[in-house]
Amino acid sequence: MEIGLNHYLILSTILFAIGLVGVMRRKNLLLLFFATEILLNAVNIGFAAISHYYGDLTGQMFAFFVIAIAASELAVGLGLLIVWYKRHGTIDLDTMTSMRG
Amino acid sequence: MFEAIAFYLFAFLTIAMFFITVTTSQALYALTALAAGMIFISAFFFILGADFLGAVQIIVYTGAVMALYAFGMMFFDTTREVKEKEGNKFIIVGLSTLAAVMVVAIFAAPIVSNNITALYPVIEGAGNTQTVGLVLFTKYLVPFEVAAVMLLVAMVAGIVLAGKKMDLSLTLMSAEDITAIEDEKNKKVLS
Repeated sequence: MEIGLNHYLILSTILFAIGLVGVMRRKNLLLLFFATEILLNAVNIGFAAISHYYGDLTGQMFAFFVIAIAASELAVGLGLLIVWYKRHGTIDLDTMTSMRG
Repeated sequence: MFEAIAFYLFAFLTIAMFFITVTTSQALYALTALAAGMIFISAFFFILGADFLGAVQIIVYTGAVMALYAFGMMFFDTTREVKEKEGNKFIIVGLSTLAAVMVVAIFAAPIVSNNITALYPVIEGAGNTQTVGLVLFTKYLVPFEVAAVMLLVAMVAGIVLAGKKMDLSLTLMSAEDITAIEDEKNKKVLS
């Protein structure tokens, strides 16, 4: 019953899959942001596990930078969402067709 | 034994919380489930001996990110049910699982081939926070400073984007008022 690196990598896979399901099926942009946070956290678990089992600190460093990037992405993204909501009254992805894409 | 119990308990809790986050139709439930999942993830960092990373996870995610989300949700209409895309669920779940396996395989490939060597090995006899500080402020000083500048830029961008016209709400105004404001703006641009 020894917990090895594979356990953590499998957990990371499961969480990443859950996040990807969220990204693919969500239509509300705020809930899409939640799903991207899940993706980043799943990768962080993998980094920390590899860092622990190989006695190397690089994984933890990358996890720190991932957290910093997640925070700044969130600040800019929420600002853009607020501007969009003020202008259009909705944050559904289907309404963002002004470029006829 | 204790480690195994803790791992399985927190793995189950984390998966359950994140599953709620991606499946619920209430935005508030998704927010609270995501906050709980973030705290449970920090438990893995403590189990793995990355104490400082666990503390940072709790402080940044549940302290800053969740507070920012809760603040942002005050601007949006979050009480109504969220409608979802009605696609083929099996295709979505299958593609997601495949992509996740691919990503983890990318991480695991150099480990399986066993040619990995510790670039910055853990220093014996020093705590996790101490070693993290030593590596962060010697080998990773430039990325650290760049991340600091990036956070500053993000902060300025967030203030500029969200703080514009805080005193009036375009969604509560009538259509004529909005067109009047737009006309005035266009006039300013043209002149």
